[in-house]
Amino acid sequence: MSLRDSLKDAGASWRETFGTSLFGPLDPARDAGYDDPPKRKGFFTDTSVCIGCKACEVACKEWNDVPENLFEMLGTSYDNSHSLNANQWRHVAFVERPAPQAPPVDLGMPTVGAEPSDVPSEDKPDFQWLMSSDVCKHCTHAACLDVCPTGSLFRSEFGTVVVQDEICNGCGYCVAACPYGVIDRRKGPEGDPKVGIAQKCTLCYDRLTDGQTPACAKACPTESIQYGDVEELRQRADERVATLHERGIMDARLYGNDPEDGVGGTGAFFLLLDEPEVYGLPPDPVVTTKDLPAMFNRAGAAALALLAGAAISFLGRDR
Amino acid sequence: MTQTPTPTGGVTRHRGSPSRDSIVPEAEFDSYYGRPVVKAAPWEHDIAYYLFTGGVAAGSALLGAGADLSGRPALRRVARLGSLGSLLLSVLFLVRDLGKPSRFLNMLRVAKLTSPMSVGTWILSLHGPFAGLAAAAEVVGMLPRSWQRGPLSLALRLQTPAGVIGALTAPPVAAYTAVLLADTATPAWHSAYRELPFVFCGSAAAASGGLGMVGAPAAEAGPARAFAVGGAVTELLAEHRMEQSMGLAAETLHEGRAGAWMRASKALTVAGAAGALFGRRSRAVSVASGLALMAGSFCTRMGVFEAGMASARDPKYTVVPQRERVQRGEPVRYEAPA
Repeated sequence: MSLRDSLKDAGASWRETFGTSLFGPLDPARDAGYDDPPKRKGFFTDTSVCIGCKACEVACKEWNDVPENLFEMLGTSYDNSHSLNANQWRHVAFVERPAPQAPPVDLGMPTVGAEPSDVPSEDKPDFQWLMSSDVCKHCTHAACLDVCPTGSLFRSEFGTVVVQDEICNGCGYCVAACPYGVIDRRKGPEGDPKVGIAQKCTLCYDRLTDGQTPACAKACPTESIQYGDVEELRQRADERVATLHERGIMDARLYGNDPEDGVGGTGAFFLLLDEPEVYGLPPDPVVTTKDLPAMFNRAGAAALALLAGAAISFLGRDR
Repeated sequence: MTQTPTPTGGVTRHRGSPSRDSIVPEAEFDSYYGRPVVKAAPWEHDIAYYLFTGGVAAGSALLGAGADLSGRPALRRVARLGSLGSLLLSVLFLVRDLGKPSRFLNMLRVAKLTSPMSVGTWILSLHGPFAGLAAAAEVVGMLPRSWQRGPLSLALRLQTPAGVIGALTAPPVAAYTAVLLADTATPAWHSAYRELPFVFCGSAAAASGGLGMVGAPAAEAGPARAFAVGGAVTELLAEHRMEQSMGLAAETLHEGRAGAWMRASKALTVAGAAGALFGRRSRAVSVASGLALMAGSFCTRMGVFEAGMASARDPKYTVVPQRERVQRGEPVRYEAPA
């Protein structure tokens, strides 16, 4: 049997033994044991209509009482909130890049007011902005949740991944496990009751249980952030990409919408206009626990070797 | 790598860090202002120290039980005391590194097989009391005979079975820490998952065998020496193989602080193993070799820890291997069972 086959077998036997799948498409709420969960909820963030207003960042902070992140001019375009972290649950990325010489494209935005520009193209800026509001992906196979040793991170009935603040002991394992670098341990401000514990987007769990739209999606003025049933959002995203391709924007692509990808698809997925890494996203993320059965097999072999080594060290000698 | 944003911002096209071998072309990749993609574990050096003390504890529990069963009282004593001391230090390091140390008992709320940290907590909870009891018996045996009464004498009577259970539960203590590191998105740790358990188990044997060589007279130290040399050889071979299979992230084991730790580790481990093999008749050489092996094991743990941190801080190690997979047309995708 090849190594590849034996690793696959290890995965299959793991599933049989423990009843949970570590990889592949599935309904995360059902997999977590909910008998009749509501439809899986998520975000479709269409970055082609993001205007970088940061209303999502503000609404998120207000609603979730997320404390200050940093007050600094970072010199990175209009991005001064740096990254997703314990104090930043929505983060708008600003990418400035040389503008491709493409004809202007009607994005379907409202056209009240000014006529189309008559500025000659050589007078227009020679760069282009990409803006994207990043957020926790609420993975189908969430590494943070898998590795959490206290059960603080849990799968909600909406298929989202949420931290229970009063249980987390701040071990920090989820921080290293997330393939997107989303979750983090809160470092400050001093005196905040959640300093030392893991924090991230909850997809506004409290609002969801009340039938409300998450704060960021509610505040988004261009519907770049769309909230809804993941199944329906995936269809909407497919249609949107097709529309953009028809309009000649061949760079448009979906990110995280494929249930067969390395994390089983994400609950929060994106329409991007460039490669994921340009926005600071990993190009082919994989949930680390996909390989966990193989890891335990290797560790088991090493442990047996250690035991045997100790026995051999004592055997067959008088003194 | 510096993370200087370009004045026009946006797409930062990187030249990779200077390669060891200038013939190898440097990786070029896109990133968002050079910022990391994954987050480094928010762990202090406490965790690296724990990797070391956990290894010493596990190997010493094995040596202690072996010495007990084979009638080597001096080796038994140093191994058991080493096991207890390093177990206590391990718990100290682990609790101190929590964001909320007061909640350390929350680890015992659940038993989760998908969390190596949970599995490890339970392994330690199983191993600790037995190894601790055997070590406590060793301490009781050192007390005046008139004090060895009541519950204290019970420890003496239970020491051998406790030591044996402690030994049987010791190898998982040494091995699981490799899974603990590997089960993360940290490039240099995850990509090392095949060999890291062998590196860590070898390192544990080398360090605990080294401790035995330091503390036991030459007449009794034979098994400790054999264990240490076997561990050192395993560690060196497994580490070599690990570097071959890790891909790009293997670089981090050669650069910066991690590189310095790993070079020190190799030198100390080779010197210690050679001293253990050829200097067995000299007490001084044995002690020096034992200390070198322990120091080598410590350097290995520090090196692997630092390499992981460096690989998480530089987006290159996350982006380039993933981008290459995609370019080859081999992104990670679920294949339905036939």
